[in-house]
Order: sequence, then structure tokens, then C-alpha cells
Amino acid sequence: MIHLEDTNGGAVASAIASERHRMGSTTTGMVMTLLIVADEEHQADATAAAVASARQHPMRILTLVPRPGKGPSRLDADIAVGGDDGPGEVAVIRLRGLLSEHANSVVIPLLLSDTPVVAWWPGAAPPIPGEDPLGRHAQRRITDAGSAKEPLHELAVLQAGYCPGDTDLSWTRLTPWRTALAAALDQPFAPIQSGCVTAERNNPSGPLFVSWLAERLGVPITLKLGKGPDITDVRLTSAAGDIAISRPDGSTATLQRPQAPDSTIALPDRELKDLMSEELRRLDPDEAYARALAGASCEVPAPSSPSKKAPAS
Amino acid sequence: MADTPLVTTNPLRADDDRRIPRVAGPCSLVLFGVTGDLSRKKVMPAIYDLANRGYLPPGFALVGFARRDWEDQDFAQVVHDAVREYARTPFREDVWQQLAKGLRFVAGDLANENAYLDLKRVVDELDASRGTGGNHAFYLSIPPGFFPVVLQHLHTSGLATSAPGAWKRVVIEKPFGHDLKSAEELNHIVEEVFPPSSVFRIDHYLGKETVQNILAVRFANTMFEPLWNSNYVDNVQITQAEDIGIGGRASYYDGIGAARDVIQNHLLQLLALTAMEEPLSFESSAIRQEKEKVLSAVQLPRELDLHTVRGQYGPGLQGGVPVKGFLEETGISPKSTTETYAAIRVNVDNRRWASVPFYLRTGKRLGRRVTEVAIVFKRAPHLPFAQSSVQELSNNALVFRIQPDEGITLRFGSKVPSTSLVEVRDVNMDFQYGDTFVDTSPEAYERLILDVLLGDPPLFPRSREVELSWKILDPILTRWADQGAPESYVSGGWGPHSAYTMIARDGRTWRRP
Repeated sequence: MIHLEDTNGGAVASAIASERHRMGSTTTGMVMTLLIVADEEHQADATAAAVASARQHPMRILTLVPRPGKGPSRLDADIAVGGDDGPGEVAVIRLRGLLSEHANSVVIPLLLSDTPVVAWWPGAAPPIPGEDPLGRHAQRRITDAGSAKEPLHELAVLQAGYCPGDTDLSWTRLTPWRTALAAALDQPFAPIQSGCVTAERNNPSGPLFVSWLAERLGVPITLKLGKGPDITDVRLTSAAGDIAISRPDGSTATLQRPQAPDSTIALPDRELKDLMSEELRRLDPDEAYARALAGASCEVPAPSSPSKKAPAS
Repeated sequence: MADTPLVTTNPLRADDDRRIPRVAGPCSLVLFGVTGDLSRKKVMPAIYDLANRGYLPPGFALVGFARRDWEDQDFAQVVHDAVREYARTPFREDVWQQLAKGLRFVAGDLANENAYLDLKRVVDELDASRGTGGNHAFYLSIPPGFFPVVLQHLHTSGLATSAPGAWKRVVIEKPFGHDLKSAEELNHIVEEVFPPSSVFRIDHYLGKETVQNILAVRFANTMFEPLWNSNYVDNVQITQAEDIGIGGRASYYDGIGAARDVIQNHLLQLLALTAMEEPLSFESSAIRQEKEKVLSAVQLPRELDLHTVRGQYGPGLQGGVPVKGFLEETGISPKSTTETYAAIRVNVDNRRWASVPFYLRTGKRLGRRVTEVAIVFKRAPHLPFAQSSVQELSNNALVFRIQPDEGITLRFGSKVPSTSLVEVRDVNMDFQYGDTFVDTSPEAYERLILDVLLGDPPLFPRSREVELSWKILDPILTRWADQGAPESYVSGGWGPHSAYTMIARDGRTWRRP
């Protein structure tokens, strides 16, 4: 670990390069630069998760911690290269004073040449990530509506400010659910008439799930408030019966299908590093997310949960 | 409502939704030969890893079949131990519990008709209790001598018959016969019971990422394919070397030998992927077509004695450890003439490869464990340097490292930094799979088993490919059959002396892998 005080972007870049040289390896295997923009509260967990996913995606991780204030501009950096934590490179860069508003100028010399850039805001994100000075470097921008104080409101902001290449971890968290449900529909089934998702209050994955199902199935899907944790139930109703996955305890789910025995599916909540590994697997715009976000209803549903028999279709 | 037709296309799957993986539909895998090394070290862990990655259906079942006095829970213990020891993904109790519910065991002799009726009952019970829907894959991890009897019983017991909308598949491991005639017989026996599209021949090499990457590198880039012909390529060297001896495989290995064990399947498949023309698409039928074409174009040299070499490892030191010679191994006859090293030269008779020799070699107890395909390019036609400047420059080479250190090496000349003299020396540019895509690559068996369950055959050779490979090898094996003892070579080196003279005869040298 190298600690640089009162330094600049170029010096950080050459410190990383000389540390690489000293270890006898090169950066040619690196697949991307990941920019993490976080406050002190989120930066450690986010950096650790990124380092863990760097085992799957060797990359340069730049964690930028803006610390706005009246004091003089100043840049401090902690650098770690290779070693036991994985093949990647990590620089945690703290920007004080006025400099905290100019992270962009610090980052430019640190981006790996000719490889993709991904930006990640584990906490608060700019309203239009794609137009943020840092976000503009990135072809993929990752936010987490779930970390906001008002997640559904945050989802609405992201919906309004969407640019191709945006994605949100509340969508990533749905992948196991979507996979299990898609697998259930690989078998022939009676036409679906309606559906219902039960999610915890303020869970931003709920509206995305509903929107995705409505778009794919073309039938009314309702959102019901549940006790959680997170999403607890998804149910597709057909004349032959329900196809349903319910996960009351946040880890093991039961799959129910008409004319088939119930079966259990392991559907545990995934750690941040697993979510990031999935996010970084593909760097082109996620069009399925774009459609689900566009159709998501970000209003907080009324506490009196609508009955699933309600839609008269 | 009973009249409403069922929906058979899945509306939740969209081409641009790449987060949702293809998951196998309801099915079971019936494993014959559960006590074998391969079952315990590869198949069972791969099944757990697939379950852990979420690729198996919720009601998946694994049925063991063996001549053991076991109950379901004894079998579950065997699988559990195998998973704990060999699985690549972390052990998770919830995943294991889910898998364990679908474990069944059928005790019986492979030749006993009644055991198959028991198996049929278990399979039917699974259809009811686990919803496997009549979809079952039979994995024959047993010596090929048992194939006829097992297949016959699968047939007569009705296990091999698929109901409409359901499938039955059979998985067999190499060796696919020991010569052309036996391979044809085997194919005949298997395909009498199962249609060709339901027969999955597992060659685990073909499941390796790096092997599949040969086609990706060749056909997804612009800069390699223009050089991929006899104008630029001097020769191709395909090597599979092991540092270990035959270990506990004496009974299998004696009488089989290196050529049948490795060249017939792995090396000729690597040759096919390296030399084939661009397929029309990456559909399995298109790739198979090109592979079959190029294998049909393979020609043996006329003087087999001059261009093939067989060897047998003698005692020696391997990395400083004293090791036995082949003839001293337990279970090997001291008079055995089985080869443990084989090298052959072949040509591919088409315009692209006219006059480019392909050297294939494999052996046990060699210098280190390595599998690679090396494309060795011609020297530059003119070198505008003083002779002394390029003394240390050899041929450019592109090497696919299949294992270990999977990746690609590109070797070319570069100037040695110095103020006065120009000196050009070989340098290597390296792409390490492990550095760029770590951990994500599934183990070959995982991939192959999933492909079996999905019914996706691109990585599995069909009977015609197998027969074409034997056609190539048969004349060599016949020539070798009456030549007595193979040349002995010292363990821990790179094979018999005659291997060096064989390639030197063509004015070339082996690459040290």
C-alpha cells in the first residue's frame, strides 16, 4: 500500500505504473477502469466489493471520495497493486476543497488506454448519470436506487434522466428471480391472464419486476405491498392455475406450477460483489433494463394492498 | 379452458436480455459407474457447480446405478464427499439440500435385466415426485465393453424410448473404439438404440474455453486469418504432454497407448479446429461440416517409418524425483509394446495447407504438463540486417496454450535496446486467459453436462468425425503393430531421440513447450 499526500493525478498514475514494474507485471490484461464515486460511508464497502469482482474482471479501480468544504484544494491517494487481493489495481483518491468538484481532471490521466470505463455510484448518484462529467467517460453507469432515502423517488429521477448505458443494482437484484421464472415458463403453460408481485414497501426492484413482466407478457400485473424482506412473491395466474415463486424468508423459495410437484429453489440475496460481477460481465447498454425502467410506475403504492383479483381483464 | 392451447414459446426470454442464462429444463441424469474416478472427480462436482450457478432446474434428479449394496443416503454421502472435495464453487448448504432431494440410487449388475426394471420404476417415480417430465440422460461412465449390454437393456426395458415432447439422451466417454472397425461397431450399437442427435460423445478437451477460443480468435479478428495458410505458415505443432505416468490406469492403458488415447480424439480435434475453413455459421451442423471436410483432407506420409515415432518411458528422474519406467509399473506386462509417446506428421491436402506439415505429439512422463497448438510462421523472405544482427531471431509463432496457463502467446522479433549495434531477438507477447477473464470460465465438464441437458450439441463429435479420425490413425497403428518394442525414452525429458530425428529430417525442430 502506497500513501501519497497532497499529490496530483499524474503522480498517482506514475506511482501505479512504477509499482506494477516493481512487481514485474504489466497492465495489458486489464479489461476496464472502474470509477467509484462515493462518500466516506460507502467507499470502503464499495471498494472491497469491486476488488472482489476484480478477480473475475481484472481492472483498475479508482475510488473517488469528494470531501467538499471551505479548506484548500488537496488530493491524497492510497494505492494498492496486485497482491493477495487479486490481480487489479486500486487507488482511493480523496479530493478536498474546491478540487472535489473537479474530479474529472484528476481522473483523465488515470484511465487505462483503449479499454472501457464503468462508473459506479454506490450511494447518492447524480440526477442524470450520463451527463455527469465522470459519467460521461463511462459507457456503463451503475447506480443503486435502493441506497437512497426514498428509493422509489430515486427510481423516478433515474427514469427521467436515463441514457443508454445506465443500469441500477435494483435491476441486478432481480436476475435470480427473473431467471427462475423464465425457467418455469420454458415448459408449455396455459396462457397467463394476470400477475402479481409482492414486494416490501419502498423496494425499487418491485416496480421494475412488474414493468418487465407486463411488457413481456402483455397482461396486467399488480404490485402488492408485503412484509419483505425485499420481494417475497411473484404469481402468474392462468386458467390452469398459478405459476408462482414465493420466498418468505429471503433465501429459499418454493416454485409452484399447475400439475407439477412443488420444488424448492435456492434464491438467496446476493452480496454486493456478486451484483458487481454480474454488472461488469457486459458493458453494452442493457436494453431490457431500459424498457423495464421506462415502464416502471414509481409511485408508492397505497398501503391498503390491492387484491390480486382486482383487475377486470 | 381445457381447450385453450398451451403457450410453447417463452415470452420472458428476449434476445437482448442477456442476464438470464439458459437453464436446463426438468430432467434427470442417470449415472452408470458411480464409483469411478471420473464420476467422483468430474461429473458429480460439475453437477453441484451447475446447481450452485443456478443452471439446473429446481426438480433436477441424479440417479446412481452400480453394483453396490447402497441405499439412497449412501449414494448421497458419496456425492456429498465428492462435491466437498472437488467442486470448484463454494459449498452452500441450501444448494446441496436442494440437490440432495433429487438423489436416487439403483443397486444392480449392469447385465441384470431386473435392475433396469428397478431403474425404470425410479425414473417414473422421479417424473411424478420431482417433475422431471420424462427427460432423462444416461451417462455411461463405464468401460466400453459394457456398452452393448447396457444399451440393450435400456432398449428392452423401455428406458430409451422417449414420450412425445420428452427426450432421452445417452452420454459416452472416450475411447470411442480402438480402431475404425470397432468404432463403427460401437456407433452402430449406440445409434441402434438412440438417434444420432441424442448421442453425446464427451471429449472434455472440446469443452475447454481455450479450445473454443481457437475458432473465436480465427474468425472474429481480421489480423490472423490472412496469414492462416501455406503462404505464411511453415508448420503447425500440436502437443499434449503429461508429466505423470499411467498411474492407476494400467488395465485401461496397456494395449491402448498414446496414439489411441490422445491423438485419435484430442489432437485430431485440435488439428481440425486449427485447419478448418470458416464455417457458414456457429451452428453445430456448420462447424461439424467443416471439421469433417478438413479431417477428410488429412493425408499420411508415404513412408510411415520415417515420419512417425513411438516411445515408451523408461525409469528416470522427474523434477528431481525418481520414477519408475513403464514396464515396471504395476499391472503392466514387462514385455508390453504399448507406446506412451507418439509423434506423427500429417498433411492437409487442400489449397490452404498445401505442403504445410502438421506435427502431432503426445506422451507421458515428459518435461511438464502442457497442451498447446503452435502455428510456426515462415522466416521473412528477406532480412535487411547483418547476419550477426538476426542470429538470435527464429520463426514467428502464434501459440494457443490450451492448458495450463490458458492463453495465447505471439512470438516475434524485436530490437534489443543498445546504442551501437542493431540486434534483433525473439520476444513474446502474452495474453493470459486467467488474467483477463478469471474464474468465470466454467469447467469443461460443467459446460458439457449443461449442453447435454440443454440438448445443444456443438461441442460433441458425431460418429462420422470419430470414424474419420480412426481412418487417419488406422494405417499407422497397423504399421506399428508388428514393430516390436517402442524406443525407450528417459522420464522427465521431451521424448525419444527418434522424435528429434523425425522432425530434423524435414529441416525443422520441435518447439520446447
